Parts: sequence; structure tokens; C-alpha cells
Amino acid sequence: MSISGELASRVRDGVPVALATVIAGPGVGAKLLVVPDGDPAPSSLGDPDLDRVVRRDALAELEAGRSGVRHYGTSGQTTPEDLADTDIVTVFVESWAPPPQMWIFGAVDFTAALARVAKILGFRVLVCDAREIFATGRRFPMADEVRVAWPGPVFAERGAELGSRDVVCILTHDPKFDIPAVKGALATSAGYIGVMGSRRTHAHRLERLAEAGVDDPADLARLMSPVGLDIGARTPEETAISICAEIISARTGREARPLRDTEGPIHR
Amino acid sequence: MRELLDDLDRWRAAGVRVALARVVDVEGSGPRGPGAAMAVSEHGEVVGSVSGGCVEGAVVTESLSVLAGDREPGVITFGYSDDEAFAVGLTCGGTIRLFVEEYDW
Repeated sequence: MSISGELASRVRDGVPVALATVIAGPGVGAKLLVVPDGDPAPSSLGDPDLDRVVRRDALAELEAGRSGVRHYGTSGQTTPEDLADTDIVTVFVESWAPPPQMWIFGAVDFTAALARVAKILGFRVLVCDAREIFATGRRFPMADEVRVAWPGPVFAERGAELGSRDVVCILTHDPKFDIPAVKGALATSAGYIGVMGSRRTHAHRLERLAEAGVDDPADLARLMSPVGLDIGARTPEETAISICAEIISARTGREARPLRDTEGPIHR
Repeated sequence: MRELLDDLDRWRAAGVRVALARVVDVEGSGPRGPGAAMAVSEHGEVVGSVSGGCVEGAVVTESLSVLAGDREPGVITFGYSDDEAFAVGLTCGGTIRLFVEEYDW
């Protein structure tokens, strides 16, 4: 099958696919078809190392549902030092995938910062709170959608949308709201469920969840709480970075230690 | 490009040559993001759009030039922030870059 034939069939079927095209530099017009599963029709940008690096980047773009331009050396070099000695290949990576979603429950101070960082990472962001005066588009202009609702009905209506790329963050400390939010989130396939609160708050929350019938250890193990990586975050913005870094490391399965202190290839 | 597929198939089946113009980059305010696309047949038939109508006319001209072999496939820039920018600008003040090539792959 031709590249365009396979691309068209995947796009029509709503199956994730990315197309990398050289748009400037050596080999203008060369194409690489990238899919997360299976073997696509043979295609190449003209160099096996370039193909390997672009395929890696295209899969990340696809996972985030992003399209954009990247620059490489003719053998896939990416660092500024390496790029100084080579022709530059400019590649347009176009992704066909729905963006991952982040659902944030609780319209609190931390919500706006988290929504902003989530947008940078390519998430479609939903902010949800039952309190009409807090859950407004004016307070969260960066969110794609702001809903005044209780968590239960939102999960009942749309929980099936959430998959491994998607994220639920529960930022309220109010049991009235966060217990149904945790219950709802655990009933989905969301890849990451973060629940804000101190260790003590989380211990109390676990007691209330048990009272509500949520006590399966496998379920409770999915809850990231206290939420975020231990980077000493204090402000809402720092906390948002801490949470989002944890989301990335959960997806990649990495330990989130300084690269200086680890060994082996950085990009695996 | 999803919305162009039926027309691209139709043209290919009929043996009509087609140029494809895709937005690859938008700076500042732009109406359509990367991936927005239009296709121009060798007969000047057009489907899709890449802006709010600001640059489509110029894209048709460039697309036909590519099909005629008068212009190499490559990136064209619309907007006012680039010396090489085309005279046609975006009303919103942004800059968009498009990659134009023949759809023969």
C-alpha cells in the first residue's frame, strides 16, 4: 500500500498515525509513516538513524496529539553541538490522534496553574466543581471546558472517554466532593489519578473511601496521593510542575531521578 | 487533511495531478493550526482551507506553480514578520508557514 493509502485508511478509521515529512534541507518531500502498533508501509527520510530519532519523537507527538516542526542533523543529531557540524533537516510531524485529557476536580488556586501547565503539555483540560461561583470560564480561561457539576454525573456521562493517556486530578480537600470524584475516577481506565492532600488527609480519605465501599488494594494503589514528585514545590505553579512531572514519569515508567545520577541511554 | 481524503481519492482515481498545501507552523495569532490543509488540482479545483481566507488565493497560485514545475516543493511563509514573506498577509497579524508539494506519494 502507498504511504498516502495507509495514512488515509488509518485517519478514516480514527487509528493513531503520524506522518513525518522533510520540508527543508536535504531530501525535501521524503516521508516516514509512524504508528504506535504494527508495521506500517515501508518509508524513510533517507537515513536509518534519522528515521529512528524521528520515529521516537513522532510517537511522543502522537501520544500528546500534537503536530509541529523539528530540526535534526542528517543522521538524526539533536544537540546544539552536534547540529553545528551538519546540514539541518527540517521535519514536519503531523499527528492524527485525539489529545489526551486532564480532568481537574476542584476550582481552587492550584487548578489554574495546573490547567496552564497541562495545556503546555497538550492536554485537553476540563475543570469541574459543584460551586457555581468558583467554576467559571473567567477564572479558568485556559481550560477547554469548565463544568458546574458533581463528579458522579460527569463520570457517569463521560468516564468511558478516559484511557491510559488521560489524567484525573482531584484538588479539593472536601470529602463531599473528593470521595465521589475518587470513586468515579477509579471506575475509568485513566492512566493517572492524582489526589491532593497531606499524608494525614490521605489517611483520613482512605477511611472514608472504605466506608463508601472502596477498599480494593489494587484500586487504592492507583491513587497518587499525596500528589506530585518530591521537588519541594510550594506555590501553585511549582506544585503544577511537580504533578505534571509525575504524570510524565508515570507514563514513561521512569524513576524521575536526576539524569546525572542514573546510567544508560537517556532516550529509551 | 481528514476532510480532503474523499477529494484526494477521487482525483487520484481520475488520474488528476494534485498539489497539497499543509500548515506546518503558526506564529502569533493564526486562524488555523499545524495540519490545516488544502488541495489544488491541476485544473485549479480547490478543497480545504489553511487560514480564514486570507492567503488561500496565493496558495492556489503557488500550488499550481509546483505542479507546473516552476517552483520546487517547499515552505512558503505568509505574514509580515519575515523579509521573504509574501505580500499577502493575515488580517490577524500572525505568520503562517505552509509546505507545498505534489500529492504523489
